[in-house]
Amino acid sequence: MKVSITVNGKAVSGEIEGRTLLVQFLREGLGLTGTHVGCDTSQCGACVVHVNGKAVKSCTAFAADLEGAKITTIEGMNNADGSLGTVQQAFQDHHGLQCGFCTPGMVMSSAALLAENPKPSEDEIRHYLEGNICRCTGYHNIVKAVLAASGQDADQIAAE
Amino acid sequence: MPKDSGIGASTKRREDVRFLSGKGVYTDDLNLRGQTYAVMVRSSVAHGKIVSIDTTAAEGMPGVVAVFTGEDFKDVGGNPAGWLINSRNGEPMREPKRPVLAHGKVRHVGDAYAAVIAETYQQAKDAAEQLAADTEIEELPAIVDMAAALADSSNRVHDEIPDNQCFDWGWIEDNRAAVDAAIKNAPHVTTLELVNNRLVPNAMEPRASIGEYFPGTGDYKLTTTSQNPHLTRLLIAAFVMGIPENKLTVVAPDVGGGFGSKIYHYGEEAVVLAAAKKLGRPVRWTAERSESFLSDAHGRDHVTKIELASDLEGNFIAFRTETLANVGAYLSNFSTATPTFLHGTLMAGPYKVPNVYVNVKTVFTNTAPVDAYRGAGRPEATYSLERVIDKMCRELNLDPFEVRRKNFITTDMFPYTTPVGLPYDTGDYHATLDKAMEIGDVAGFASRRAASAAKGKLRGMGLSTWIEACGIAPSHLVGVLGSRVGLYDAATVRVNATGNISVMVGAHSHGQGHETVFPQIVAEKLGVPESSVEIVHGDTSKIPFGMGSYGSRSLAVCGVAVTKAIDKIVAKGKKIAAHMLEASEEDISFADGKFSVAGTDKAKSFGEIAFSAYVPHNYPLETLEPGLEETAFYDPGNFTYPAGAYICEVEVDPETGKVEVCSFTCADDFGNVMNPMIVDGQVHGGVGQGIGQALLENTSYDENGQLLTGSYMDYAMPRASDVPFYKVDYSCQTPCTHNPLGVKGCGEAGAIGSPPAVVNAVIDALHSGGHTHVKHIDMPVSPSRVWSAING
Repeated sequence: MKVSITVNGKAVSGEIEGRTLLVQFLREGLGLTGTHVGCDTSQCGACVVHVNGKAVKSCTAFAADLEGAKITTIEGMNNADGSLGTVQQAFQDHHGLQCGFCTPGMVMSSAALLAENPKPSEDEIRHYLEGNICRCTGYHNIVKAVLAASGQDADQIAAE
Repeated sequence: MPKDSGIGASTKRREDVRFLSGKGVYTDDLNLRGQTYAVMVRSSVAHGKIVSIDTTAAEGMPGVVAVFTGEDFKDVGGNPAGWLINSRNGEPMREPKRPVLAHGKVRHVGDAYAAVIAETYQQAKDAAEQLAADTEIEELPAIVDMAAALADSSNRVHDEIPDNQCFDWGWIEDNRAAVDAAIKNAPHVTTLELVNNRLVPNAMEPRASIGEYFPGTGDYKLTTTSQNPHLTRLLIAAFVMGIPENKLTVVAPDVGGGFGSKIYHYGEEAVVLAAAKKLGRPVRWTAERSESFLSDAHGRDHVTKIELASDLEGNFIAFRTETLANVGAYLSNFSTATPTFLHGTLMAGPYKVPNVYVNVKTVFTNTAPVDAYRGAGRPEATYSLERVIDKMCRELNLDPFEVRRKNFITTDMFPYTTPVGLPYDTGDYHATLDKAMEIGDVAGFASRRAASAAKGKLRGMGLSTWIEACGIAPSHLVGVLGSRVGLYDAATVRVNATGNISVMVGAHSHGQGHETVFPQIVAEKLGVPESSVEIVHGDTSKIPFGMGSYGSRSLAVCGVAVTKAIDKIVAKGKKIAAHMLEASEEDISFADGKFSVAGTDKAKSFGEIAFSAYVPHNYPLETLEPGLEETAFYDPGNFTYPAGAYICEVEVDPETGKVEVCSFTCADDFGNVMNPMIVDGQVHGGVGQGIGQALLENTSYDENGQLLTGSYMDYAMPRASDVPFYKVDYSCQTPCTHNPLGVKGCGEAGAIGSPPAVVNAVIDALHSGGHTHVKHIDMPVSPSRVWSAING
């Protein structure tokens, strides 16, 4: 069957099977390999993308169900000039990533959080990111990055 | 004033830009013309005899291009253990062959016995299911419990090994009688039996491998998720497949974390290479997370009895331990070193204890292989020591801070050789303890405890003072200890004609930030901008050699190799400058990126020297070679010995048993620090994993050898809401005395020092609530275990 969706502002369509997951369509169909697969139980969050503005685990959505949807992946988060967007830049500034594998999902979840809640508390950030597992950072610098991306004084809050 | 570049600067990571933009290239991201997909067929039983495998139906399924079984690999070599350990009686360890694919028997759930290759992943997956249905395996009783495995010779993981024991190791055997006597005669002996829980490393990127074969040249290429591509090449070439080393390239591109699990060579790597040759097409395999749980090398899994003999004032007299260490069904590459020389040699801790004896029996079971996981042996040693010391303090009613203080090796005692053989070069354990007490506000604990009590919570504080041996290297030491390889590292510094620099390093970055930190060092030493230096890593065809990254060795070994190569570059640059400036080589000095003639204003910039090296129109070729490229191999004289003091505060809810980590303080001595931002991150990550081990993570097999914790639904990974912000300090710095960077390594510290601090804090909390009957709770200290302990 065929599916037509918008990915990072571009209309795309492709042949899929009924069982094709969104993440497979993105990675294998469109070559957008920034979205990662870290588990097979929808727990790790490495595959989080935005579907019509909401954070969705793309390993848990069938591509066939998304006809007409607007998808944003990590590849669509940079500024128009190619520089890092606000959330991405905060992750670099605060060393919120190490191996980089969970990072796309972390950035997409964090951006979705900030869209819902522009100035989240530390607890709200930690709770929101429960669906994204990172094995490298111990989360310290990820939480700081999200605080900073929301314009708060991350160093001050982390030291309290 | 913090520096903004070079050594000691918190330079932001250049690799982050690609990772944050979705432009990293991990193994599974590659897309090769003509590629095929491999799916492994894995045992669903823990122990069984393979009666028959009928491949006919699977081979006839749509898209299937090849099927391999253990039979296809029975004549190639086994995947070897890297360290030979002898038993106390002098017998060498038992080393069963670890085949590419299981043959004759399957020995753990997830043991791969066949592989199906097809045009698409789904076709391979469907055919693998068919093959599993067409395989007859006669199930045998599973061997899971270590003590039972040793006691029952009638049931064997490997038919040729009667008691399932790999070795019975004593360290140091000559200490044994003195330690026994010291314990017998001591005024006080504290005894503790504990379990160091089995963990699954869980790098977020599952393992993946792609095999390619180029019939025109007979070359092979393996792209794989490895911390250690040269070792993988060596193992495949020399032991498993017999491919000449110079016909095999191993590439480890961006790798999504390792934590030990990607040090080793795994059978899937040999399968994709063999299949690629047979088919003349690329063959790719990527693990599902479920396969990672079943087949990645696990970590820890020790059962230990430790005794601490002391006087009544808490001065240590002796430590004695007996440990059963699980090696799983097969010996993974470092599996025999981890419970022995990475564990027993650390069993004196940072203490001036005169007598130590360690006994470790390693046991084969029908479980996944167990090997080095972040810290590797040193967390097990630290946990045993710091828990038994805490118990002793309670038994003798002594202050745990003061007891550590009075037993620490003091700064005037270095170099200091412990009774378990390690020559510590430098340290200041009092300084890190003082610093931890200061930034952890130990003085203010009583009021925090009262505030918790007002909320109905029990607050506890736990201390752990740890040491490790890392910078895993010195060949002369590891050779004595049984290693079958040397452990050095290598770097090539290539100054290009236009003055920018490529540095080929044997270390592999899978999160550590080498692409940023190594250029900081090069820039500092050569007086060039960091941006003009590029690191090349993870490709055996481009790098002289290397032993990869693990054991907190990247900077302390490979980083020093880089500086040694730079020294050679400077020496060559002086020769070139002497020629260009018509001066004597001895009169040339190098500073701030300039070669100058002493006492004159004559100088050449680094860029002019580089250009000249490649445009040598008037070189005296008898005495001066063109080009500016140097290689150094560095093999250090000793391990490095980072150490520190960790303080954890927890709140326990006595109604539910839930433990919350309220604060975690780390004061470490890593020697000199190259990039503080990255060191912070390494400590945070290690502590996060240590808190995970202490409170959440456990790998559980049932009595049939079925893995009960085989997904993130069942295996409790630490999440953002499980941990606090950490307080991290490494201002106490006693530089390593035997490497020119003075670095010690920081990658494993957090995972080593933190678990006992957490558990000690929980016990402290329970005692403060009057639950003084609770002497110990095994990790993970889950709500049910705490509640049961309180109410037991």
